[in-house]
Amino acid sequence: MPVLHQSHDRHHARQASHRARDCCGLLVAWYSPIGHIWLPVRRRSGALMADPRGHPNGDWTSFRDPTAQSHQFGSSSIVDMENMDDTSGSSFEDIAEAPGGTTGLGEVGGDEGRTGKPGQDDVVEEDEEFLGIKGLKGQLGKQVAGQVWEAGRQQAARAFSLYANIDLLRPYFDVETVQVRKRLLESFVPRKNMKVPQKLPRELYGPLMLVFTMVAILLQGMKTSGTIVSQGTLMGTAIGTCFGYWLGVSSLLYFLAYICNSKITMVQILSMLGYGMFGPCLVLFITYNIHLHSLFYVLWLVGGGLPTLRMVCALSSRTTGQRQRLVLCCTLASLHLLFLLYLHFAYHRVIEELLVTLEEQPAFIPRQQRELVPPEVATSPASLRIATMSLIRSSPPIL
Amino acid sequence: MAANEFSADFTDVSVHENVPVEGNIRISVPLASEDEDMSTLDEPVKDTIMRDLKAVGKKFVHVLYPKNNDELLRDWDLWGPLIVCVFLAMMLQGKGADSPTHGVPQFAEVFVTVWFGAIVVTFNSHLLGGTISFFQSLCVLGYCIMPLSVSLLLCHVTLLAKGSLPLAMFIVRFICVTLAFAWATFASTTFLGNSQPPNRKALAVYPIFLFYFVISWMIITNVT
Repeated sequence: MPVLHQSHDRHHARQASHRARDCCGLLVAWYSPIGHIWLPVRRRSGALMADPRGHPNGDWTSFRDPTAQSHQFGSSSIVDMENMDDTSGSSFEDIAEAPGGTTGLGEVGGDEGRTGKPGQDDVVEEDEEFLGIKGLKGQLGKQVAGQVWEAGRQQAARAFSLYANIDLLRPYFDVETVQVRKRLLESFVPRKNMKVPQKLPRELYGPLMLVFTMVAILLQGMKTSGTIVSQGTLMGTAIGTCFGYWLGVSSLLYFLAYICNSKITMVQILSMLGYGMFGPCLVLFITYNIHLHSLFYVLWLVGGGLPTLRMVCALSSRTTGQRQRLVLCCTLASLHLLFLLYLHFAYHRVIEELLVTLEEQPAFIPRQQRELVPPEVATSPASLRIATMSLIRSSPPIL
Repeated sequence: MAANEFSADFTDVSVHENVPVEGNIRISVPLASEDEDMSTLDEPVKDTIMRDLKAVGKKFVHVLYPKNNDELLRDWDLWGPLIVCVFLAMMLQGKGADSPTHGVPQFAEVFVTVWFGAIVVTFNSHLLGGTISFFQSLCVLGYCIMPLSVSLLLCHVTLLAKGSLPLAMFIVRFICVTLAFAWATFASTTFLGNSQPPNRKALAVYPIFLFYFVISWMIITNVT
């Protein structure tokens, strides 16, 4: 056998035996109460567990005691990030190169581990570093986790107090009865002065109440039109229509105003559009009870047109540029007037058709008994009598 | 007293021998209340239920004769509103003529309308500057629906007399429900009115009016 090969084999064998001894040492250190006998050798040459100042009296504490380890760094914090230089602490090679990582070398009694071949030392160092870093990582991890938890908790508490606080809306409900009445009446009065930006209220009480009033009026209208459908669909559809119009058209107008560089805020648009629904509310309330086409058209022009004109003037006064004004005003006017038309003519008819369509798909809604009133009857002068009769009419209850 | 017994440096604070430092730190309570606490746990369930039912019943009586007293607000509970709401929803769901599933959405619809409406009204009065809490307001609004439930019962009674003078019956029902609606609105404003600033009372009353109006409308149009 060649001598080189033999020495190579012997080198490997010695490495293996050292590794085995070290592993046993590690295991013993972990699991035996006198394991600290092994540890001084390991830790001193290891890295961060060693005290930079040294322990002349050999006061070694157990490796399993994390608090003792933290005391070894003296007055500095457990993880002294300044000593880490630019390392993120994520790879233990970096940590090993940090100043704290090599101070343990050459200390009293630490030379026992230093004897032997460089390969052996590397092995020993690797194991010691591994031990030290694992402990440090545990501390580091715990501290980071604690900090992340605390930061997250504080952020969540702040976000909750900011967004879930109903008092956030309080300034928008700070209004008197007299003011609300004044604004309701003024919603019919367009102001022609477009040179000065008109004052728009930032108030949500009036608009919210008007939207709810419209929901109630729609419900009433659907009942008197003689359409007896499942009330759940009616209520949900009414609320969806009114709130959808208010919020959806406000969002669209805000988007267009942003594009056209208008000086108006979202709350002002919501407020303006909400008060602009007062006219349509009145119109619908009258025309759902008195079904006369000509009356409706007159009311549509007056009760729908005047609030629209007021809103258009207010928007124009806050926009510069002819084209931008045209875009905004045409959008608003068309949407507002068409909405009123839609509510009067097509609402109950759309609901009926929707329910007919839905009924053809039996998986979605249960079958309901419906009484459809032909549209001609619904709009004829005699429809009032028929509508009343539909209320009075009662079917025998099923026992 | 022990004040002049203290030494200048507080490293050695000694207490005068006469002042007892050991003993029972429990405040001596009369034995009767301790017994009472124990007995509330040990009492039969029937007693607990009867006590709660009596409290609920007393509040209903307060609604029937609305006077400006604080009891409804002080000992608020949501049992009464729940009972009323469930009763209303069950009666309004209607014995659907043709299909057995006709009544299913109506129960949920009434339930959701009542509670969602009460929550919206409560938030509104809170935002307008009301001084009562969320649940107190819910309690009052729920209890004040009781006259409308009574009117619903009467409507059902009149509907049983089918075929005879439908117009008269309709007028009777209409008047009944209108009276109940007015009563409910008046009762709730009596209880909730003082919690609002005086120049905003109308603003707080209007949503309540709307809420009871929708419920009344559901009752009037319930002809099945």
